[in-house]
Amino acid sequence: MTAPAIELKGISKAFGPVQANKDISIRVMPGTIHGIIGENGAGKSTLMSILYGFYKADKGEIFIGGTKTDIPDSQSAIAAGIGMVFQHFKLVENFTVLENIILGAEDSGLLRPSLSRARRELKALADEYELNVDPDAIVEDIGVGMQQRVEILKALYRQADILILDEPTGVLTPAEADHLFRILENLRREGKTIILITHKLREIMDITDTVSVMRRGEMTATVKTVDTSPQELAELMVGRKVLLRVEKTPASPGDVILDVQDLNVTDAKGVHRVKGISFNVRAGEILGIAGVAGNGQSELLEVLGGYEKASGQITVNGTPIDLTGQKSDGQSRRRRGIAHVPEDRQAEGLIMDYAAWENTAFGYHHDAKYRNGLFMNNAAILQDTTEKMERFDVRPPDPKLAAKNFSGGNQQKIVLAREIERNPDLLLIGQPTRGVDIGAIEFIHQQIVALRDQGKAILLVSVELEEILALSDRIAVMFDGHIMGERDPAQTDEKELGLLMAGMTGNPSQVSVKDIEENLAHAGTGKV
Amino acid sequence: MDLLTLLQLLDSTLRLATPLLLACLAGLFSERAGIFDIGLEGKMLAAAFLSAAIAAVTGSVWLGLLAGIFASLLLSAIHGLASITFRGNQLISGVAINFLAAGLTVVIAQSWFAEGGRTPQLAGAARFNPITLPGAEALRDVPVLGPIYYELISGHTIIVYLALLIVPITAWVLFSTRFGLRLRAVGENPAAVDTAGISVVGLRFAAVAICGVLCGIAGAYLATALQAGFTKDMSAGRGYIALAALIFAKWRPVYCLWACLLFGFLQAIALRSDLIERVLQFNIQSQLLDALPYILTVVILAGFVGKAIPPRAGGEPYVKER
Repeated sequence: MTAPAIELKGISKAFGPVQANKDISIRVMPGTIHGIIGENGAGKSTLMSILYGFYKADKGEIFIGGTKTDIPDSQSAIAAGIGMVFQHFKLVENFTVLENIILGAEDSGLLRPSLSRARRELKALADEYELNVDPDAIVEDIGVGMQQRVEILKALYRQADILILDEPTGVLTPAEADHLFRILENLRREGKTIILITHKLREIMDITDTVSVMRRGEMTATVKTVDTSPQELAELMVGRKVLLRVEKTPASPGDVILDVQDLNVTDAKGVHRVKGISFNVRAGEILGIAGVAGNGQSELLEVLGGYEKASGQITVNGTPIDLTGQKSDGQSRRRRGIAHVPEDRQAEGLIMDYAAWENTAFGYHHDAKYRNGLFMNNAAILQDTTEKMERFDVRPPDPKLAAKNFSGGNQQKIVLAREIERNPDLLLIGQPTRGVDIGAIEFIHQQIVALRDQGKAILLVSVELEEILALSDRIAVMFDGHIMGERDPAQTDEKELGLLMAGMTGNPSQVSVKDIEENLAHAGTGKV
Repeated sequence: MDLLTLLQLLDSTLRLATPLLLACLAGLFSERAGIFDIGLEGKMLAAAFLSAAIAAVTGSVWLGLLAGIFASLLLSAIHGLASITFRGNQLISGVAINFLAAGLTVVIAQSWFAEGGRTPQLAGAARFNPITLPGAEALRDVPVLGPIYYELISGHTIIVYLALLIVPITAWVLFSTRFGLRLRAVGENPAAVDTAGISVVGLRFAAVAICGVLCGIAGAYLATALQAGFTKDMSAGRGYIALAALIFAKWRPVYCLWACLLFGFLQAIALRSDLIERVLQFNIQSQLLDALPYILTVVILAGFVGKAIPPRAGGEPYVKER
């Protein structure tokens, strides 16, 4: 019987009072793809950091290929044949691909021999696994898809037999993700062992052989992928039944609430970000804007939210709003019935060091009910916050706790409670579930749909295609500042939308991943 | 202006550019590794003092040089400890080093030599003396080339030649060796270095140590070659000018040479107000001339550099993320 490629026995790790990993054991056989799934904060990243020598486990043992192995630092992890592809790539952006590959794995004091050996090996690896990259390109000039392949190549160049990938598809379009999975299958065929960490159930179902579920630092189950279902995995992750599909009735759109005509935005660096787009959103419908991050969606939200200037015309309820940036700010937009849940809730939606009750009053602190003459009516705000927290199921329900001490999902609920309960005509919402766990996603999606059913207009911006497809009544796709087209969610799919996201139209089967990557690498830089 | 005067001016440029160049390359090593070093000034000053003091006591300029490097390394170690080990603010640590050096040098000099915060005048083997290159005397009378060789190229101290030699060496180390690749990487993205299994702390300390050695040589040059002894605040802002030159040079070794020669030239001009008067036919106040290098620094930093992108992780302590 072959020894497992990697086996963990009773791994525990605590950070102060927080038990990040509790008695975790897994066995992964060589030549298989093993998925690890769990919510944010379930302890997946800690476990992988222990495997890669970033942390030392308090207890437990690691066996690589049947031999007990100590991994005190990354050097020993590499020596043990472990390669890691982090969610946020660890590349030197102004180095060439080749320089990044050899960094830390140089053969000698001089660079030249290492560089030429790496060039030869890269070519062999590219042919073997479809891992094609341009060795002389500067990393910051290539797309994320290729950057990710550089990371994989880095690991293979260091003779890794075990490859760990942390949320690898978060930054990829569907076609690029398919390409990645083909690479992983090629690697598996060559006998490499792959550990895939993700929160996307579909990926687990599509590509893994076995899957482990983590919840609150514990490994709750390890099963064969063929013997399980997305529904079961979701329940194991959250610990209760969850609704994976958003339940909603067809929209019954009313009057136009938001009308955007020929909107242009140029950012502070002089880059033309939004290029003459026009669209509208009606009462009682959700317009979803899909697109790879950095294609003008953020700027669009900033203009609508009142803190970026633009040219063109925007009307809300038939009256134009100021676009010069001189007479507008978040306050004046709110008075016009626009509520805004910003994309980056930690930087723009909340003040992390302020308590929940202070954060729920922000932007509305001039309201009569929050005021007591010149002073703030703290008691009223506190009372109001307590009620909101209850209605939005914020945990822990403590209004005096600082925003930074809530989990991502609960932070988002605080922002949502503040914005939705104002009864706005138009809700702008960016990346509503980024970094939010499944249980909270379900709740947040329900709230958005409920608001729509009350006849409000909703503009949803998300880089998660699944979310766009599940929530939207109409979908517009942005690429390089343009709207590539509008689609009916019932009559489109991820493949078609993914293509539009890369600035292409036509038959998905005839477009190569290379074209997609080239288009995306130049989008938003003014070089298209 | 005749050839001889021009050559004298350029000769003086070379001598004055040398400490700037050494300090500039010192800063280059440190900043390329992601450690901003505003303490070049203080390290030069400390090195100037200790080198002059030891040279005066022992009569050997080489021992003086070693002592200068030691003093500078000591301050580098403090900077490294504060900004790498304890992840403190690099600017504050640098400023502290400058104050420390400015105060301590004078106090120690006074209690040691009791000459009003100076060291005794150095002479003979206690100083770096000019070297006459082979054949300089013989070729002196050859038209044009003779004077260039004799006046400009020959007749400098060993440190001047050393400084010029360090420029190509720096470029080679930085761009052709494993150490250079890692050094640049740690200044751009320490996380990439860390995950590649290399010690970020070790690399940064190495860079800071090289910076200390070069600053030490620069300081020793000030007190034992350019001047004949230590005087209060004798570094006179050269550490800051070297930083300006570093930015002007966009953190590239060969550009550093040109930038430092430019600043050295301005300092040389400031010393020769008589020349200005003769060439321009009017009198410029000497104070204005003295201020010229500093004015240029401000003008350059205010945006004449074009796009100078500093190392991206510069100034930020590295904290391993989860």
